Formats: sequence, structure tokens, C-alpha cells
Amino acid sequence: MSTLALAPTRLRPGDIVGQGFVGLRSKRLRTLLTAVGITIGIAAMVSVVGISTSSRADLLAELDALGTNLLEVQPQNNMFGDATELPVTAPDMIRRIPAVESAAATRTVEGVTVRRSNYIPTDESGGIAVLATEPNLLDTLDATLAHGTFLNAATGSYPSVVLGSVAAERLGITDLDGDPLVLVGGTWFKVIGILDPAPLAPDIDRSAMVGYDVGQELFGIDEAPSTVRVRTDPDETESVWSVLAETTNPASSSDVGVSRPSDALEAKAQADEALTALLLGLGAVALLVGGVGIANVMVISVLERRAEIGVRRALGATRRHIRLQFLVESMLLAGLGGVAGVALGAGITALYANSQGWMFSVPQAALLGGVAASLAVGALAGLYPAARASRLAPAEAVRAE
Amino acid sequence: MRVETTETTGTPEASPQRGRDDDARRPAPVLQMRDAVKEYPGAPPVRALDGVDLDVVSGEMVAIVGPSGSGKSTLLHMIGALDRPTTGVVRVAGADLSRLNDRQLSALRARRLGFVFQRFHLLSGLSALDNVAAGLVYRGVPGSERRDRAANALARVGLAKRATHRPTELSGGEQQRVAIARAIVGGPAIVLADEPTGNLDTSTGREILDVFGALHDTGTTIVLITHDLTVAAHAPRVVALRDGRVDADTHREAA
Repeated sequence: MSTLALAPTRLRPGDIVGQGFVGLRSKRLRTLLTAVGITIGIAAMVSVVGISTSSRADLLAELDALGTNLLEVQPQNNMFGDATELPVTAPDMIRRIPAVESAAATRTVEGVTVRRSNYIPTDESGGIAVLATEPNLLDTLDATLAHGTFLNAATGSYPSVVLGSVAAERLGITDLDGDPLVLVGGTWFKVIGILDPAPLAPDIDRSAMVGYDVGQELFGIDEAPSTVRVRTDPDETESVWSVLAETTNPASSSDVGVSRPSDALEAKAQADEALTALLLGLGAVALLVGGVGIANVMVISVLERRAEIGVRRALGATRRHIRLQFLVESMLLAGLGGVAGVALGAGITALYANSQGWMFSVPQAALLGGVAASLAVGALAGLYPAARASRLAPAEAVRAE
Repeated sequence: MRVETTETTGTPEASPQRGRDDDARRPAPVLQMRDAVKEYPGAPPVRALDGVDLDVVSGEMVAIVGPSGSGKSTLLHMIGALDRPTTGVVRVAGADLSRLNDRQLSALRARRLGFVFQRFHLLSGLSALDNVAAGLVYRGVPGSERRDRAANALARVGLAKRATHRPTELSGGEQQRVAIARAIVGGPAIVLADEPTGNLDTSTGREILDVFGALHDTGTTIVLITHDLTVAAHAPRVVALRDGRVDADTHREAA
């Protein structure tokens, strides 16, 4: 008696994938409609991540341009809860720190409002603050003028005013044509300049700025600053920060608060992440619904293709081969949807970023993750239909019509 | 995983000649059934095969004929290694089905058996050539070799010119030829045809039977299952089945 070894069945990996494509190709419309669910889910998630990344990238680029080396020194309430003042010497002391490039003091002029005319009640501020400022505020803020000039030593001694962008808008002054005048307190001031928006100093946007001399002369303000803005060497910001309170008020450094305006902008960018997470969640729901759709279609497909399963079993497919075939088909179906979704999501991001004037940025992880997520959903959705297909007895399957 | 199969006299492929019973070496039996019983559970259980004894040697062409309910389908499942007998012995190409698990039965089907169905059962998404090549997919044969052998098999059934056509572009007779090519592409020990002319008109059916006849003449073992006596008459040997038993087994001299 001779023995003959019968080699086991074997299915090449390439053939497994090929079979999956054949299965999808023979039902094109169904493949398309089923994959759309996944496409929408993945596109939603990729575009949400992409738009949020692009927006943040844009903001960070903006922050970089504005500089994260601007610090703000203000008095804060002491341990008894009483208001404190910065020392009169503070600006000069701060300017003596080597790494400080410039420092500009401002003083809020309390109880004085800005008006277009006599007919407006004096207590109607319009949300516009009056600030007495040193001439170097413009350089320290790195702010730019939309019109006119800023205060200097000369104009600072006369009734001249520079308006922040919001203040100018509220007063209805869009340019300097006709030499507009405004009433500051009870005196007519000539508007000599209008600032561009200053993202790092929203309070400046809403202010009318006058010279220190005029402020003292007309409104009797105290010389002590209410805010000192400090521009540092970009590499030394931290070290300046650490000595700033001590330098400002050596006698009582705890009365001094130091902050960085760019941090607030960054925090705003972080706050948007809550919304991003919510939208991502919605995308995940769409993806899940797409996955259920695929599972549904695959179950139907198994029922319809009992004859094919029978033929394949007769040709020598094992249960495992049948299971693999349907699993791979399900994954391919979802994967096609996923690739389309990633492309669509990137496209939406590009369009939106373009419309906002942002630079386009989608993290690579979102692109790869989108495809991986769709494959995972496909695998999950295909598990049950594939198991069902593989459980079909071959004798039963070949009889199916 | 390897399946051990015992052979009494050489391998099936080694003895393709037929009608040489006077030879000292009898052709190898490719099918041996001894008291094969198949019962389907139920109340009462259905005894579809009730003790069948049947031998088919390599190179034979046998028609198994019987009315519906005679156990033809069940016998087809046994010979095709699609199912195992409840009791008794069924040896296909030397392998005892009762001793094989599902994977080993699959291997046996992939390497030793070829199927032809009444409704052709071609894969609609594939060309004729690829349908034939699909007969080798589960052997792990590389794609280019599969297509070469498929082209060869298509030529043997006279359909070389239709290789690129989809099943929907082929007539019923042509589709059945493609199915036959798929069954023979792997050089099986047995080609098993289940009512292969059942969906065809008489003249096309005769053409298909001629294809089987030609294959038989070149040494292919063919088991033809049919309810139609005129179809069965094309085979040199006819086994009549009734109520799950072999009712008659007639050898005719080949015409």
C-alpha cells in the first residue's frame, strides 16, 4: 500500500483581495451607495480635524507674528482685597532690565468720556476708555496705524487724540478727512491717528489715547501707571517675567500682576476644542451608522450568494477561506468609502481654509487614521456576515439557486 | 496540514487507460462505497441512502439515474466529498471521508474533484477564462499559471475563442462548457456532473454530452447524475438508484 500525501488547500493573499474586488465590482451601485455612509462619516471627521488644525495653525502663525514676548504689568488687589497702585518709578525700573526692549506705561483716565458732540450726555461712554499713554506704546505693542500718526512728545502736550480701531468705529470716524474733532471730557481734541486692530491689546482697540502731559493738565491724573506693557528679547521672556513683579514694586511685589496677552489668545484656541470634540463625535456616529449599513448589506449579500459560496466550497474553499472572502470584501467596501472620505474631508478643509484665508493643514494622523478607522469598521461590520457565510454547509450551499 | 490517502494500486492519474480489464493491473478505484448510509435527522429521520455499494474505477464514465427522491442528490454529496456518510465507508480518490475534517474535505475537493452543476453556477463578475482559472484558486496556483491552464482547458471544450466573454454574454451551452472546463482544469480524479443538461434544450444537451464523451475518451473519470434515461444512455455504465439503494448496475460494451 502506497500512501499519497494530499496537500492542503491554499488561497494566495492577492487572490483574497482580488475576490473581494470582484464581489464589489459585480454590484457597483450597491457598493457605491453602501460606501457613501462611511465616506460621509470619515469626511466629517477629517474635515473637522482639518479645519480645527488649520485654524489653530493660522492662529499660532499669527501669534508668532505678534510675538509671545509681550508682557503686561498691572496692579492687583492686595491680600486685604484693597486696590493697589503701581509705583510711579515702575516704567523706568522696568526699562532698566537688560532683556527689556521697550516698556510703555498707560494710565486710565477715570470719569472722562469721549463724545462726537455736545448733544451727547457726558456720562455716555460708548464703551470707550480714555487712556493717557507714553509715545512708545505703538512700538511696544508692535501696532500699526490705519491713518495719521501716533502721539509724540509734542502732540502729547496738546489736545490731540489717537483712536483705537473699535473706538473709531463707534465714534463713526473712518478716516481723518476734514480733520475730525472729538470731545474728551469738556475739551475738543483733534483726532491725529486711528490704529489698526491690535490683537494682543483688545483694550487699546476700545480706547482713545491722549498724551500724559495733557492728561495731567486737563484731567489731573496721577502719574502712576495703571498698565505697563513690556516687550522683551524673545529668548528672555521667561526670565524677564520672573523678575518683573520684583522690579516693578520692590517693596511689595505681591501687589503686582504680570500676564502675557498671547496666552489668552492661545486659551481661546484651546476652548474651540470642545466644539471640535462634539463634531468629531457626530462624525463617529455617522461612521457607526455607515458600519451598520455595511453589515446589513453584507448579510443580504451572503443570502444572495449562497450558490457562489456552494461553488467555492465545491472548488475547495475551506470555511476559513469563505469567512476571509466576506470579511475582506466588507473591509474593502468600507476602505473604499474611507479613502473617498479622507479625500473629501481634505477637500472640504482646503476649501474652507482657503475661504478663511488660512493656510491648509490636515494632520497626517487624521488621513491615515481615517482610512484605518474605516477598515476597522468594515472588519467589525463583516464579522457576523462572514461567520454566517462560513457556517453554510457545502452540501446545502450547492443546492441553492 | 497534510491528508494521508491510501492507494491500492498507484495514483488515479497514473492509470488513465480504460477498458483494459484483462491487464494484470486493474485500474485504481477512484470511488468505493461500502454499505454507505446517510440519515438526515427529523421525526422520523429520513434515510436518504440505505446501504449503497458502488465502485467506480479510474477512466470510467458512469451515469447514476433515478427518479427524484431516490437519493441521487445525497449520493452526489457523498461522491463530491461535500458531506460524510452516517455509517459505512465512502472512499474518494483513496481517502476515507469519515476520517477527514472540514479542511481535509476541502483539500480533497480542491485537488481530486471537479463539479458541473445544472445551473452552471459561473461567477458573473469574471470572464470565461477567469471562471475556469477559479477552479485552481484554492490550490494556491499563481495567477499566470492559472490562466495558462485555464486557456488550455477552454480549448479542450472548444471554447478558446470565447475566453474574454462574461457569462451573461454566453449561451447556456457555452456557459456549461465553461463550467466543464472549470471542472477539468485541475486534472481531477473524478468529474461529477449533476443534471448537466437539465437547463439546456435537447440538441445543446447532446452537444454537452458529446463533450463529456470526448473527455471520457481521453481518460477522464466521469460520474453523471441524472433523472433522464436518454441522457444516462450516453454512458457505458448505468447505475439505477431507487429508494436509497442501487437497483441495477449495467455495464454495456462501449459503442
